[in-house]
Amino acid sequence: MNRLRLATDGPEETRAVAAELATVLMDGDLLVLTGDLGAGKTCFAQGLGVGLGIEDRITSPTFTLANRYAGRLVLHHLDVYRLDTVGEAIDLGLPELLEEGVTVIEWGDRIDRVLPADHLLVTLRYPDLDPDVGHGSDPVAGPAENRRLIDIACPGAGCRSPVDGRDASRWSGRALDRLLARWMVTP
Amino acid sequence: MTADRSGGTGRRLILAIETSCDETAAAIVANGTDVLSNVVSSQVDLHAVYGGVVPEVASRAHLDKLESVVAEAMTRADVTSPDLDGVAATCGPGLIGALLIGVSAAKAMALAWDVPYIGVNHMEGHLFATFLERPDIELPLVVLLVSGGHTLIVEVTEPGRYRYLGSTIDDAAGEAFDKVARYLGLGYPGGPIIDRLAAEGDRTVVRFPRAMMDDGLDFSFSGIKTAVVNYVRRHPDVANADIAAGFQDAVVDVLVTKTIRAARRVGAATVCLGGGVAANSQLRETFAAEARAAGLAHLVPDRAYCTDNAAMIAAAAHWRLVNDGPTGLDGGADPSLKLPTA
Repeated sequence: MNRLRLATDGPEETRAVAAELATVLMDGDLLVLTGDLGAGKTCFAQGLGVGLGIEDRITSPTFTLANRYAGRLVLHHLDVYRLDTVGEAIDLGLPELLEEGVTVIEWGDRIDRVLPADHLLVTLRYPDLDPDVGHGSDPVAGPAENRRLIDIACPGAGCRSPVDGRDASRWSGRALDRLLARWMVTP
Repeated sequence: MTADRSGGTGRRLILAIETSCDETAAAIVANGTDVLSNVVSSQVDLHAVYGGVVPEVASRAHLDKLESVVAEAMTRADVTSPDLDGVAATCGPGLIGALLIGVSAAKAMALAWDVPYIGVNHMEGHLFATFLERPDIELPLVVLLVSGGHTLIVEVTEPGRYRYLGSTIDDAAGEAFDKVARYLGLGYPGGPIIDRLAAEGDRTVVRFPRAMMDDGLDFSFSGIKTAVVNYVRRHPDVANADIAAGFQDAVVDVLVTKTIRAARRVGAATVCLGGGVAANSQLRETFAAEARAAGLAHLVPDRAYCTDNAAMIAAAAHWRLVNDGPTGLDGGADPSLKLPTA
């Protein structure tokens, strides 16, 4: 699995994708979420919470920067949009957080220099504007505007273990393509 | 219990420190209600270049400013350390590095001056801002606390006893102001900027969705942010002032409607406003008007007591000290501290 492209109809489906993905998450996994304002990053994190059996309400971590939730696995939910330097990410205690449970970082691509390469990169995007859609009865929130494209890639996939040459990615063998097949579209 | 240091006047003086986010503040309050000094040094200019509060920058600024802010509070109140009956600090919720600066300083002063230390919940401080202005206010009381990090409806059954009635399921209202301002390229902090701009706009140009309007007492402010993005993508020529006005109108509508509903549900006679977003002009006006229309007494504290300040922390500390006694010097800071609920 190098890259999957998924399409969802709106927030509920975006949560459902994340909840499905969460069923195969393991201790030490790191997910990096990227995408514009309102693309659905917190929504995706909420879906992970559902899939991990977390009962607490998962809210935006923008103000507190790092929230911790207990479920089947611990979920660390971070937002590093406001961090200016990589040093500040280290001040958040990132290395320690990564040792426990699953960590999901909104805007994590901004600090990818200090992240392990072997993470899952989830990119959420608004679809291209369709000039014929969205001018109906509700110009603010037409159904087409709720659609999202979600790319899932593992930058660490394909890196070979220097010892035995086997695929060293922790994400290989988890069959994400089969797990998420019902939302897949052709890239 | 603490010895009476009032020299027979019965006056209890608390020095409080507030460093949970981007304001360095210190205040001296007598008997929990009489504000002798209230000093706030804002870091807004420092953070404006980043478009938000940067934790490390905040911690360093607190460290730089705290000593002079405390000295200023003592001078303005015309008190010296032997006059004090306790030193309090906000111990959560907030940014952990920022909280620890205030907590450590307060504990050091309490130890050096041999007075009690009191750790105070920031949100409880906002609730006590109400009592600063109206110590005789009738309970139960319903308070809407709305800031960059929180959106809560709390019932105060008696001082120190609270019940959560509603809260946000995603973004805080203040966060939505900041994010929309940033998306529109208006700068930071978003609250005051949108407030000003909205006054020049027409709120009827775009009617943004009122999320969960008919659905209980919880809030959702994530969808309106997305709705703003969607609208601007489709209508790139729309005036920022009209977007700001429509956005603010929707947020205020939901906040006020749900607070009035909460008051009716629990049979409270009074509704209050607190937190940084309570400084918003339209929220203040609509809150007062709708409360009047619903036959409820209402209190909209002075802007200086809505935004982060240390006077409210001193007020809460006074009450905590009298009722629960001091906090141990081993008491730490908790970035996600919850309100003590009944």
